[in-house]
Amino acid sequence: MTVLLELKGVSKSFGGVQAVENMSLKLEKGELTGLIGPNGAGKTTVFNLITAVYDVTKGDIEYKGININKLKTYQVVSLGIARTFQNLRLFSGSSVLENVMSAAQQSHKYSFCEAITHLGRWNKFEKKIQDESMQLLERVGLADRAHQRAATLPYGLQRRLEIARACSLRPELLLLDEPAAGMNSEEVEQLNILIQDIHKDYNLTILLIEHHMDMVMEICPHIICMNFGAKIAEGSPECIQSHPEVLKAYLGEE
Amino acid sequence: MQGYVAGIITLLAINCIAALGVSLFTGFTGIFTLGHAGYMAIGAYTAAILTFKYSVHFIPAIICGGLLAMIVAYLIGIPTLKLVGDYYTIASLGLGEAIRLIIENWESVTRGARGFPGIAPYTSLPVALVFLIIMAVAMFFIVNSSYGRAFKACRDDYVAASLLGFNTAHYRVLSLAVSGFYCGVSGALLAGFMSFVQPVMFDMAKSTELVSVVVFGGLGSISGSLIGATILTLVTELFRPISQYRMLIYGLVLVFVMVFRPEGIMGTNELTLNYIKNIFSAKKKASEFDRRTTDDCAS
Repeated sequence: MTVLLELKGVSKSFGGVQAVENMSLKLEKGELTGLIGPNGAGKTTVFNLITAVYDVTKGDIEYKGININKLKTYQVVSLGIARTFQNLRLFSGSSVLENVMSAAQQSHKYSFCEAITHLGRWNKFEKKIQDESMQLLERVGLADRAHQRAATLPYGLQRRLEIARACSLRPELLLLDEPAAGMNSEEVEQLNILIQDIHKDYNLTILLIEHHMDMVMEICPHIICMNFGAKIAEGSPECIQSHPEVLKAYLGEE
Repeated sequence: MQGYVAGIITLLAINCIAALGVSLFTGFTGIFTLGHAGYMAIGAYTAAILTFKYSVHFIPAIICGGLLAMIVAYLIGIPTLKLVGDYYTIASLGLGEAIRLIIENWESVTRGARGFPGIAPYTSLPVALVFLIIMAVAMFFIVNSSYGRAFKACRDDYVAASLLGFNTAHYRVLSLAVSGFYCGVSGALLAGFMSFVQPVMFDMAKSTELVSVVVFGGLGSISGSLIGATILTLVTELFRPISQYRMLIYGLVLVFVMVFRPEGIMGTNELTLNYIKNIFSAKKKASEFDRRTTDDCAS
């Protein structure tokens, strides 16, 4: 097994607030890892550090052995890291299809001259982008709503669309930030299946932040638990469930 | 009379080209600008000087005017558009005025505040229309390409856009450069239309007018900004006989549209066959619904 992503003693502070403290983790290729912890534990900050939305205060982030500390967000993405958001960030004015297409177009770039004249590769590439996007929408069950405005989708489907959009970047590492937030149990069940499917089909490595514990325990063979910006436990679901630090973080002390 | 009508249509075409430029930057990329008259001024003076002093043919002169405006826009865009938020808007306020003041004070080249007379009247109606058609089609093409989606992505959510691999600063600068080119060409055509340019023609009021035209027509709609430019140009021109009330009517039209259609005349829609069909079918459905409900009540 090769290590895809490694955090080495990463810290992040906002002024006096220590959001992430000396965090280290290793993601092996093809793994589906869960990242759990109480609210405010710093899970989303870890995602923001990996995707360079925030700068790292201390420590190193390595992706495929390359240090990505100093890269810009779009450069990190071009290396093969995609993510979704805790609060939906769809292009709500655009159609469902356009949302996916704006991500799919990253692998079919043509020049501005071709865009302004609609000559050259424009036709071929636009068709490719659209076909690929439609396939992905079919995959997640949104094909019949392709031309609807993204904002008019029901909440659960918007979540699915965000995952589809991230997948259309053809990433190797997918970071999912609370994909099941605000869903009912039936929707969570369907989402479970979707995540496991794309994990297998696209050969993805997934890091999943989630508060639905039964979901995390069911699909993640490897779980990391954070509290107050630091890692407190790591291991299999059974190991996490019985870990005293985790119990303390969630239930408090006796 | 015929000359007058041709004149209005020429002016209309010139305003439409400028509106296209601002529409790309404000409507599709989502950054407000209060200084685009500055780019028009650059285009106007470049074309004027090239044709008058160096007797360059007017077509290369117009294109040079556009290109110089584009280069200036690009250079200004690099430092200001890397910042996120409304920094460009604030910078553009100063920028438009700065360009105007440079032109006003650089008397050896621009003849200063008195203006630049004697420009060959090269902007005939066909010239203006050909430029408008080519540039409008090109703008439609840009918007319906991956670049158009990129601009819209930067407008709707720049964080999500950068996390989908878009270099958002790069796209903002590109959008500004293209819109600078459009405004430059529009200014160059204006110089040939009036055969006289003066720094005062490109002041704050002109910049504000450019943005209001685009907001009026609908942010994020190419056809909307063309319609907006048409209506507002016609309002100012047709009411010239009652000139003391002209700006009053202009203001009223703006206020009415903004009250009853806050999203602008077209919103984000384009004027396509489908759009027109949809309007009619929606009306039909509404009237059918009315009839059915009244029938129900009657029975």
